[in-house]
Amino acid sequence: MFGLFKKFKDGLAKTVTAIASKTAAIFGQKPIDASSLDTLEEALYTADFGVETTEEILEEIKTAYRKDKTLRGQEAAAIGAAVLKRVLAGSEGVLDRGATPAGNPVVIAMIGVNGSGKTTTSAKLAWKLREDGKTVTLAACDTFRAAAVEQLKTWAQRLDLEIVASHTGADAAAVAFDAWQAAKSRGRDYVIVDTAGRLHTKSNLLEELAKIRRVLQKNDPSAPQHSWLVVDGSLGSNSIEQAKVFHEKFGLTGLVVTKLDGTSRGGALVGIYRQLKLPIYFLGLGEQAEDLQPFSIDNYVKAVFGLED
Amino acid sequence: MFESLTDKLSNALRNLRGVGKLSEENMAEALKEVRTALLSADVHFKVAREFVDRVQAQCAGQEVLKGVTPGQQIIKIIYDELVRLLGEGSTGLSAARPLKILMVGLHGSGKTTSSAKLGKLLKKRGYRPLLVGCDVYRPAAIDQLEILAKQEELAFYADRTSKDVPAIGAKALDVSRNESADAIIFDTAGRLQIDQELIEEVKRLRAKVQPDEILLVADGALGQEAVNVAKAFHDALELTGLVLTKLDGDARGGAALSIKTITNVPIKFVGTGEKTADFDTFYPDRLASRILGMGDVVSLVEKAQETIDQKEAEKMAEKLRKADFNLEDFLAQMQQIKKLGSMESILGMMPGMNGVKIDGDAEKALARTEAIIKSMTFQERRKPELLNGSRRQRIANGAGVKIVEVNQLLKQFQQMQKMMRMFKGGGMKKAMRQMEAMQKSGRFPS
Ligand SMILES: Nc1nc2c(ncn2[C@@H]2O[C@H](COP(=O)(O)OP(=O)(O)O)[C@@H](O)[C@H]2O)c(=O)[nH]1
Ligand SMILES: [Mg+2]
Repeated sequence: MFGLFKKFKDGLAKTVTAIASKTAAIFGQKPIDASSLDTLEEALYTADFGVETTEEILEEIKTAYRKDKTLRGQEAAAIGAAVLKRVLAGSEGVLDRGATPAGNPVVIAMIGVNGSGKTTTSAKLAWKLREDGKTVTLAACDTFRAAAVEQLKTWAQRLDLEIVASHTGADAAAVAFDAWQAAKSRGRDYVIVDTAGRLHTKSNLLEELAKIRRVLQKNDPSAPQHSWLVVDGSLGSNSIEQAKVFHEKFGLTGLVVTKLDGTSRGGALVGIYRQLKLPIYFLGLGEQAEDLQPFSIDNYVKAVFGLED
Repeated sequence: MFESLTDKLSNALRNLRGVGKLSEENMAEALKEVRTALLSADVHFKVAREFVDRVQAQCAGQEVLKGVTPGQQIIKIIYDELVRLLGEGSTGLSAARPLKILMVGLHGSGKTTSSAKLGKLLKKRGYRPLLVGCDVYRPAAIDQLEILAKQEELAFYADRTSKDVPAIGAKALDVSRNESADAIIFDTAGRLQIDQELIEEVKRLRAKVQPDEILLVADGALGQEAVNVAKAFHDALELTGLVLTKLDGDARGGAALSIKTITNVPIKFVGTGEKTADFDTFYPDRLASRILGMGDVVSLVEKAQETIDQKEAEKMAEKLRKADFNLEDFLAQMQQIKKLGSMESILGMMPGMNGVKIDGDAEKALARTEAIIKSMTFQERRKPELLNGSRRQRIANGAGVKIVEVNQLLKQFQQMQKMMRMFKGGGMKKAMRQMEAMQKSGRFPS
């Protein structure tokens, strides 16, 4: 457990320093006071936790403070961590086969707005699964953006991954269908479907996603077993809107939050989980193949509050 | 959809009825709402606080004007202050020729697309742009830029064998001389502001090519992080402007206020879609109402004006306002809508309508509806009540449709008129539901 946390914390190292440097004064050994509560409020807001979670954490710490004016920073941090853990309870995604019939590949579709990290995550996940001894086929279903197919192909080449691709302008659903067929006939464990970026506000583009699903279901009615929203961790509250709409219009089964190797705390994931209870499967912590980590509530909360094991 | 700030403020200001002067005490609750609205629009915590303090100072002591509620008055003050802040500086580009532009930003913020959009825009303004692929990291990033350059018939330079970005930049300047290009746009790799190595790289590129413009390309949905990003990029590169992207989504865009406050560089352009034409000069008033959740009536009217000829637009706006709208107007409007772009993007600009979804097979529905209306006499179009059974049958025959479709159209038109009246009365939610219902029937254009 410690080993994993360490690795995670290294990835989130800058994040940890950023939030810890703000809160060191409060979350140290000294008692907290009104001005440190203010600093705390700022630290929570600037983590993009959103109004609701921030107020909930603040409220509990204030209540404890009113009862005990000698409350120490460490204790306040523990309260904050407890609230966050409570909010996130049940949010760790576990990648399983679900209702996939034996012999069929598990399909994971990557969905999200433009530039959120779908293609990179597809490659990273394929690599990770293979490291775990699984076999994977990539489906290059972003046939819309210029050179998106080439982008995934380059990854496939670099990491020696199997890929089914057509050309820009091709029918994305047909590519997904073919990829599934190929994976099935070769007995692969997973198909990872990289889709084109689309804003959640464009209903015609959401319809295209529905078509990909319909076509996949001709192969296997339980496909795609996973439809994950890939969210850029540096975005603010709009990622909650994104998740809501994609979930409502398409039906999501989970999240991947990317770009947490920067200084953002990715707090929007808390807001999304609060509202939609969609499990978080992985966090993206960089641009390399190995920079994908399973989401762990414990690690995330500790990293955010600068707590050690 | 967000509860509008106006609604929230009205609640917070209930106790202000009959108060003669705005004061720190009687505004406290309202200003707390303002702060919350800014925070939920992703304005940075500190920026929001400073902003609210400034507004408070401005409001305090002001007489409450007759004819407006204190809430409206505060909103006006906030709005004006926001417009002023966001609009500081010029949206124009440097007049240098050749004009060298460096595009920088985080991963996935839209640099490559914006580079091509800017190239297209400059070409329209009479420049000969050269796009330079300096993203040597992201797989196929150079291919993406090259494809876009071809598509827009813009000159393009890259060196796929090199990772030496400053050298690529220098070479590109040589190429631009040979090709007599006079607007050179450098598309760089996405980088984290804390990635020292890559920040050094772009600094060296800058030293080498001496750009006249350094534009930070930022996602309009950026969160609190915007402040750190802007500050670090500005410290390293001395930005000259900001491009705000993906505003065709429904992000409130508070990050722009954060970035603007931190760097004080002007916001120059906004990206409003994936196509290379979806690129506009920045208008502070539009963004201000967006951040405050007030919709964007101005944008709507202006967008209409760009495409629809002036007189037509005014007539239409007037009719919409008065909810006086007949089938002939409807036909004219439908024909204009074809030019205007999707109904959805237009609706997004109306107060309270952001995020309303419209589905349906636009082309076909439009064509059939058009045929039906065209089979009516002018008089019938102006006075649909004239349409009795035999007239309807004649129209159906003329348009080659069944009479039920004519009936349906008329019924829906009535609904639409009702909706217009609701717009007028402000019953937005109800109007929306009607609109959606109508859309589902596939009759009205999407
Ligand atoms: N720093 C960082 N960059 C990432 C991460 N995931 C993706 N990116 C970068 O973000 C950009 C957009 O990613 P891409 O996968 O093309 O996004 P897509 O449009 O959703 O497919 C690329 O430059 C990626 O290298 C991450 O976890 N950390
Ligand atoms: Mg992609």
